[in-house]
Amino acid sequence: MRLQYIKEAWLVLVLGVFFGGALAGVHYQLGDRISRNKLADTLSQVPMLVSGSADSEPAQVGGMLVYRAMDEAGQTLGWVLPAGGPGFADRLELLIGLDARAEKITGLYVLDQKETPGLGNRIVEQIWRGQFKGTQTDRAIKLVKTAPGENQVQAITGATISSQSVTDIVNRSVRDFRAAMDEANK
Amino acid sequence: MNNANGPTGLERFINGILPENPTYRQVLGMCPTLAVTAGMAPAMTMAGAVMFVLICANIMISIIRPLLKPHLRILVFTLTIAAFVTLADRFLAAYMYEMSKQLGPYVPLIIVNCIIICRCEVCASKQSVRAAAADALGQSFGFALGLASIATVREILGSGCWFGLRVLPDAWPGWVVMILPPGAFLTLGLLMGAVNWIAQARKASPA
Repeated sequence: MRLQYIKEAWLVLVLGVFFGGALAGVHYQLGDRISRNKLADTLSQVPMLVSGSADSEPAQVGGMLVYRAMDEAGQTLGWVLPAGGPGFADRLELLIGLDARAEKITGLYVLDQKETPGLGNRIVEQIWRGQFKGTQTDRAIKLVKTAPGENQVQAITGATISSQSVTDIVNRSVRDFRAAMDEANK
Repeated sequence: MNNANGPTGLERFINGILPENPTYRQVLGMCPTLAVTAGMAPAMTMAGAVMFVLICANIMISIIRPLLKPHLRILVFTLTIAAFVTLADRFLAAYMYEMSKQLGPYVPLIIVNCIIICRCEVCASKQSVRAAAADALGQSFGFALGLASIATVREILGSGCWFGLRVLPDAWPGWVVMILPPGAFLTLGLLMGAVNWIAQARKASPA
């Protein structure tokens, strides 16, 4: 009886092992390249997020994985935080630029989003995400529906949830990073 | 080469393009047809990935067809398709990273694309490697044609572009609905209606 099972299923088993091996080989060949693509995508944004930065490297600050932006001499000019959270349609992946002392936001970039085209996906437009530039990090940024005042960002009409999601993710990661920095500097 | 048990390779190839077009005649593979046709570039990348998987799977299944057990065949098809899809997905992530980001989950979803499993069942598991390869080629061209027709309408009306190049004047407002999911359904429905109408008109008029 047992032998009967093997006789029936041997092709599936052999193919499973064969395909598994082939895929492992492909991953071995391409895995590095794929993770380099992801890293390059992130690092290519650093000069836009922290102006004047010449180079950047991954860094650990109090257990958080961030990117340190440097000038030619290797001095820290600022930080780029990878951050993510739920949006309206799917997960949002953001990059947040901060100055060296994490007191001001110097830029925001949307790395990955699947928000509604024409409405929510306008969060990727420079004119909207540019509003975050220059905001203070000692208090939370507030989302408003009218002309924004100090430390305020105006929501996109028809995409309040996408706008709110970005604002929430920024506020949370910046707060976490400031806490991590305080911890590291103790 | 004659196959006693089915159409020849050439017939299979020609059938796949129009007479048995996967999109308009078999109505298979609707998920990518609706999801990635907002622009020509993602649609053609999807068509390329499906072509790769379909050809590899059809050839592989045709080679091992004497070993297939009737009750385990679907399992073997799925296993084979999944392996080639993962290969295509990793390849896109490594060499076409931007496109891979844009297509998102739709590349892994080729695994459940009914066109491929249908071709394995109908053709590759019964016919020679040559017929199976010709069948895969014909069906992939048919699928590419289906995607291209829908993507052309949606991209031109929705953003005034074709393959990202502007074809309509800047004054064109861009119908957002064409880029959104409803645009996919509208376009597919209207085009399928047109195809049926032409087919019936041709049948009615004496050839």
